[in-house]
Amino acid sequence: MQTTSRLPNGPDQLIDTAALLRRRPRLGEGLIQALLSLAGALSIVTTLGIVLVLGRESLLFFQSPDVSLAEFLTGTQWQPAILRFGLWPLAVSTLVTSFIAMLVALPLGLGAAVYLSEYATPRRRGLLKPLLEILAGIPTVVYGYFALTFVTPILRSIFGADTVKIYNMASGGIVMGIMILPLISSMSEDALSAVPSALREAAYAVGATRLETAAQVVVPAALSGIIAAFIIGMSRALGETMIVALSVGAGPNLTLNPFESAETITGHIARISGGDLSYNSLDYNSLFALGLVLFLITLVLNVISRRVVARLREVYE
Amino acid sequence: MSAPAAEGVFRSNLSARHRRGRVWRAVFLGSTAVALIALAALGGNILRDSVGLVAVQDAIDPGRLADRPLERLAPAELMAILQDHLSPAVFQRLDSEQPFAERSRRALHKLVIERVVEPQILASWPLDESLLERGRIEAEAARDYPRARLEFRAWVNTNFLSRPMSSDPMRAGIRTALLGSLWLIGITLVFAFPVGVASAVYLEEYASRSRLNRAIQTNIDNLAGVPSIIYGMLGLALFVRALGPLTSGAFLGLTDTNGRTILSGGLTMGLLVLPLIIINAQEAIRAVPSSLREAAYGLGATRWQTVWSHVLPQALPGILTGTILAMSRAIGETAPLIVVGASTFNPSDPTGPFSRFSALPIQIYNWASRPQAEFHNLAAAAIIVLLAALLGLNAAAILLRDRYSRGLRGT
Repeated sequence: MQTTSRLPNGPDQLIDTAALLRRRPRLGEGLIQALLSLAGALSIVTTLGIVLVLGRESLLFFQSPDVSLAEFLTGTQWQPAILRFGLWPLAVSTLVTSFIAMLVALPLGLGAAVYLSEYATPRRRGLLKPLLEILAGIPTVVYGYFALTFVTPILRSIFGADTVKIYNMASGGIVMGIMILPLISSMSEDALSAVPSALREAAYAVGATRLETAAQVVVPAALSGIIAAFIIGMSRALGETMIVALSVGAGPNLTLNPFESAETITGHIARISGGDLSYNSLDYNSLFALGLVLFLITLVLNVISRRVVARLREVYE
Repeated sequence: MSAPAAEGVFRSNLSARHRRGRVWRAVFLGSTAVALIALAALGGNILRDSVGLVAVQDAIDPGRLADRPLERLAPAELMAILQDHLSPAVFQRLDSEQPFAERSRRALHKLVIERVVEPQILASWPLDESLLERGRIEAEAARDYPRARLEFRAWVNTNFLSRPMSSDPMRAGIRTALLGSLWLIGITLVFAFPVGVASAVYLEEYASRSRLNRAIQTNIDNLAGVPSIIYGMLGLALFVRALGPLTSGAFLGLTDTNGRTILSGGLTMGLLVLPLIIINAQEAIRAVPSSLREAAYGLGATRWQTVWSHVLPQALPGILTGTILAMSRAIGETAPLIVVGASTFNPSDPTGPFSRFSALPIQIYNWASRPQAEFHNLAAAAIIVLLAALLGLNAAAILLRDRYSRGLRGT
């Protein structure tokens, strides 16, 4: 205010003002910028913290004389009580549940995305999309309850209570698929809507039906976005905890049978750390080794999916 | 090949193509429908478990306590019943908590029901069976629980909201868990909101396109994809163990706690939602027209003055919407709290940031993992409360967004 009011007074005054502005030290500005950049750096610190914590405890774990990295990576028994630390029982059930989840989520999610983007009228889309978003906003512990008290009884009545255990991988996997479905459908729908309409019009012009346009032109053009959605969904399934903790079981079990109970990596971490756990024990350290495996896998998946999306962007801009 | 024949082939082909189109259209619509059916089943299943018939049995028949119904007894008579049926030590303790003479008739009546009559839930049935198969349930109850009576019970009620945790389904409530969740959200908000908005301001308004700042941006996107249980492990190692003396309140002279406190849980949750808040705030700040900034600079405002009095007020509704959505993520998040050490059974209310704590989703997890049907009823009731809280938060976010977009259209 002061400076602007002086401006009309003539050229001499103008120079004075400029000098004044230059001389006045803006201590506060620098301080604020420093604080803001500190806040920005906190996210880097968080990542470093995760890597450091997981790495340090894992190192302690592998340095123990009772543990070998080779056994961890190839062993088929996870029984801390008798010092057996083989990753496979936990890893296999994690993969089986995630595979079932993707088996549910990918076709349904993609189907819903094609319907919303290629078939639905704007009005119907406006009605259906928020409903799918509700599905995405439900806490996972609620899904876990749903798996345990709704899906498991249905599976048991279809396949027989002898075949299907009360805690089983199929029910956890199916419900995990329902949880991931809205993620897949909304990411795929974004990819489909990003396909230029000129492509669709060209397909209609040569006489393609709506299905042929969608399946042979639009979906292939959006494929990288759909793949990215699939990878992100997979990473969500691998890291999901509460659904599997409630419905899949509480004991490592190396099996491919989806109706058997087993324990995933996340379920094991949740169960063991929820009990009384003494720090500096091998049990405690082993959880961080499992956490490290999970962190690395999901990180790689997330990075790959972003690469794929970045390629999609290059195509249409 | 003659022309009419070729046309015939073409026609039949076309109708097959159209048929295939209709079939697949139904498939696509069907997969959308499956998602909606799942949503309906999920809601129905919760509703089904939260209302229904229960078999209740009293430890002592109220008819044997007095010749009239208990509701009509005078305070003195109720006091006499208490004195007769409670051990002297318990009677003394209750009296010293609040003298019986000062208690209202209603309070005394409640006490008699709770301490002397002691109704117990022996079995419960879901809503659909309670409505449609009442006869079978009555026969079953008469056979298995001859002394019990059938009651229709809504598991979500005022007692459920106001009572502390208990191992008895009749008396169990979620007050402790609700208060724990509120404390948790409060700490998460106090920590994550300022830091998140500050990072977003830094990245959008200050940061140059340097390598470091691009790394920060990539890093934030990656953090948003880290499984929540990993944050729990970070919280366990960092806040609970390494910073234990701080988070347990030991530096203030508190001695009876370890690092498994509300503060540790809230900070862990803060780190978890930080990327969400940053990403949402960045979008809100990016949406502020640059003409606003240029006008401020043109008047000679410094960068911070521009941000503080022009950019932030304009971006605030968007930032708040994003923050509310992040909080609704935090309120339902369970896994990190389990790892950080929320206690599953904790009947005393949290008194401050250094208390041991429970939270609503932890309570749901605990009840759902028990085999008895009554605890599943409690879990369903707690889920309804949790979903109601989420609905409230999301409605607030939508209202805010609507007002915001209307405001923009107005200008």
